[in-house]
Amino acid sequence: MNMMGIIFSNIYDERLGEITARRTLASLPFGGRYRLIDFVLSGMVNAGMTNVGVITKQNYQSLMDHLGCGAEWDLDRKVDGLFILPPFGQGQKSVYRGKLEALWGTRRFLERSNEEYVLLADTNIICSIDYREMIRRHIESGAEISMITKREEITGLGDSCDVVVRSDSAGRVKDVLMHYSVPGIENAAIGMYIMKRTFLIELLKESHSYNLVDFERDIIQSKCAYLHITELPFDGRILRIDSLGKYFSANMALLDASVRNEIFSRHGLVYTKIRDEVPTHYGSGCRLKNSLIADGCRIFGEVENSILFRGVTVAKGAKIKNCIIMQDTKIDENVELDYTICDKDVTITRDRVLMGVPAHQIVITKGKVV
Amino acid sequence: MVNKKKYIAMLLAGGQGSRLGSLTRNIAKPAVPFGGKYRIIDFTLSNCVNSGIDTVGVLTQYKPLELNEYIGNGQPWGLDRNRGGVHILQPFTKINSKSWYEGTANAIFQNIRFIERYEPEGVVVLSGDHIYKMDYRKLLRFHEENNADCTIAVIDVPLHEASRFGIMNTGADGRIYKFEEKPKEPKSTKASMGVYVFRWEVLKKYLTEDDKQEKSAHDFGKNVIPAMLSDQKRLYAWDFTGYWKDVGTTESLWEANMDLLNPACELDLDDNELRIYARNFDSPPTFIGETAQLENCMITKGGEIYGHVVSSIISSGCVIEENAIVENSVLLPGVTIKSGAVIRYAIIGQNAVIESGAVVGLSDVEGQRPEITVIGDKKKITKKPA
Repeated sequence: MNMMGIIFSNIYDERLGEITARRTLASLPFGGRYRLIDFVLSGMVNAGMTNVGVITKQNYQSLMDHLGCGAEWDLDRKVDGLFILPPFGQGQKSVYRGKLEALWGTRRFLERSNEEYVLLADTNIICSIDYREMIRRHIESGAEISMITKREEITGLGDSCDVVVRSDSAGRVKDVLMHYSVPGIENAAIGMYIMKRTFLIELLKESHSYNLVDFERDIIQSKCAYLHITELPFDGRILRIDSLGKYFSANMALLDASVRNEIFSRHGLVYTKIRDEVPTHYGSGCRLKNSLIADGCRIFGEVENSILFRGVTVAKGAKIKNCIIMQDTKIDENVELDYTICDKDVTITRDRVLMGVPAHQIVITKGKVV
Repeated sequence: MVNKKKYIAMLLAGGQGSRLGSLTRNIAKPAVPFGGKYRIIDFTLSNCVNSGIDTVGVLTQYKPLELNEYIGNGQPWGLDRNRGGVHILQPFTKINSKSWYEGTANAIFQNIRFIERYEPEGVVVLSGDHIYKMDYRKLLRFHEENNADCTIAVIDVPLHEASRFGIMNTGADGRIYKFEEKPKEPKSTKASMGVYVFRWEVLKKYLTEDDKQEKSAHDFGKNVIPAMLSDQKRLYAWDFTGYWKDVGTTESLWEANMDLLNPACELDLDDNELRIYARNFDSPPTFIGETAQLENCMITKGGEIYGHVVSSIISSGCVIEENAIVENSVLLPGVTIKSGAVIRYAIIGQNAVIESGAVVGLSDVEGQRPEITVIGDKKKITKKPA
């Protein structure tokens, strides 16, 4: 595969509030046993990409712990493999402000690599894309930059789309709108861009001399008249996570078999860190309905429409509905939870009742005892 | 020397396991799946790692393909080491010599060169077909304290079962004065667990001498141990307490699986001190559908459960459709149970398909559990015509 990957691990951290206060968006737990980065990283690996850099900014301890040497993704290699790229500081400037500055800090990595093409990707989009097909379409288009897009609806109920593109019949991008909130169906960017590696390096040098910071605003939007940018529409399913509500609904979407089939096996498997958990024990008297349960749980209570991560305990008499319960959380006897997100290592003590509502879930932060 | 190790382990994994029937038609016994996400060999390998033994030779012979692939470079157990680590030791041809492993002692004898590379003081000889958790360091400490030539881990068994085991007759200090293989009238209840530690220089001498005996079966229990005893060597029995089970038959394999569901059972997979590691395969979490009914069962990832599962172990990637009933059974990886099928007291082999309405296994008869039914790997069972 003649393409390398660069993953931005910190984009949109601030929009998810408490659950990303102490971790990168990339290491946010998702779907019972995954972290968000697993999906894009596995997609790259499944397409045969073996040279992947992960750009970090802050709070990336959990991400380092998750990725390790990349063995689970088969990226522990002599030639190429997985590279963690922490902020590269010089003088007063230590932490980058936008993707262009972040990439500028990794230019040595880009220069040393041999692949002809590079794929830039965020981690807030869950999907199963065949990147081999995307690079073929990029080459066919003759464009300098290709951006993968997806038709998405803007409801006008307070939501907006970060990057919306308007293109001609050949797919050439003519106009780019940012933070667009007019209701309608639009072609929205999903934060994935393909271009030649040498082209990106030249682009970074130029951007640096003009002090440009933001890849979407300063390149894709400002230069779309001069550069040949095409869109590559993606027809599969995506789950976009850019708010707490979207995080919740994206998890719940996995309770639908067709979504699971598409996300977990359309173009190869999704790999994640191994935890050596025992199989989940379903005790006598447990009642489960429509839920996704990871290994290592012990369940004696009732669980419905919920996602349970690895190592969760649900005691007798507890009732859990419409919840996301992250790893190693303990739910004591007779607890009732509805529309609640429990982060890692939370303990809900006996007889507590926490009721969120569909539009607003209660969040219990990491390690808290309620 | 850099490679010097105080103790190394030799794991005997070459047995055919013929009493497991169709479960071992294509794979060696230690590679048989157990407990939803494990293989039998995971227990011994994990015990080694948890006891600080980082050099393990695995002796394979019968149908080794899947076992070798499973062990791979040892990474799941942390045995991918630069110095030491796991080594697959298969029989090989030599000048003027037979090549197959003939007996347990012969298997070790043929790998003297492997052992010598690590210049060990002691060699731990293990079987790859037992389910137990043991910190071998306790055994090794006992071995050193007694300045023993050989120490054998023993477990107390009921007297009426003792004649099925190798029985140690010992003095009060644990020194063995007599060893009896499957005695008709056992005088002790200390049964050998198939876990030995030998002083290497002594073992090497006895293996070399044993190899010259034409009539010898080249077996530890039948030949090497009795020869050492008759020479007044220092042999000790170390008492182990805890869970231990030989899973050599379909009945005992089923029982050991069911023990995992018994809260009173001493075998706790979920304790962090002696964790059991296994090679993992990537599959999503288990999905439990609207119609599922679960009672006292263990299910691992990758499953889709819509049916009724009671007192059973469900391995990865199994699909149990609506209205299917699985009771007191063990489903190995990748099994599909179609709607309306009924499974009772059975072990269902890997990737087998039980078609709609088919009935597998026997029911209880007056509270007595029936014989265990085994369905081989990839078998397809259809409904019997009325």
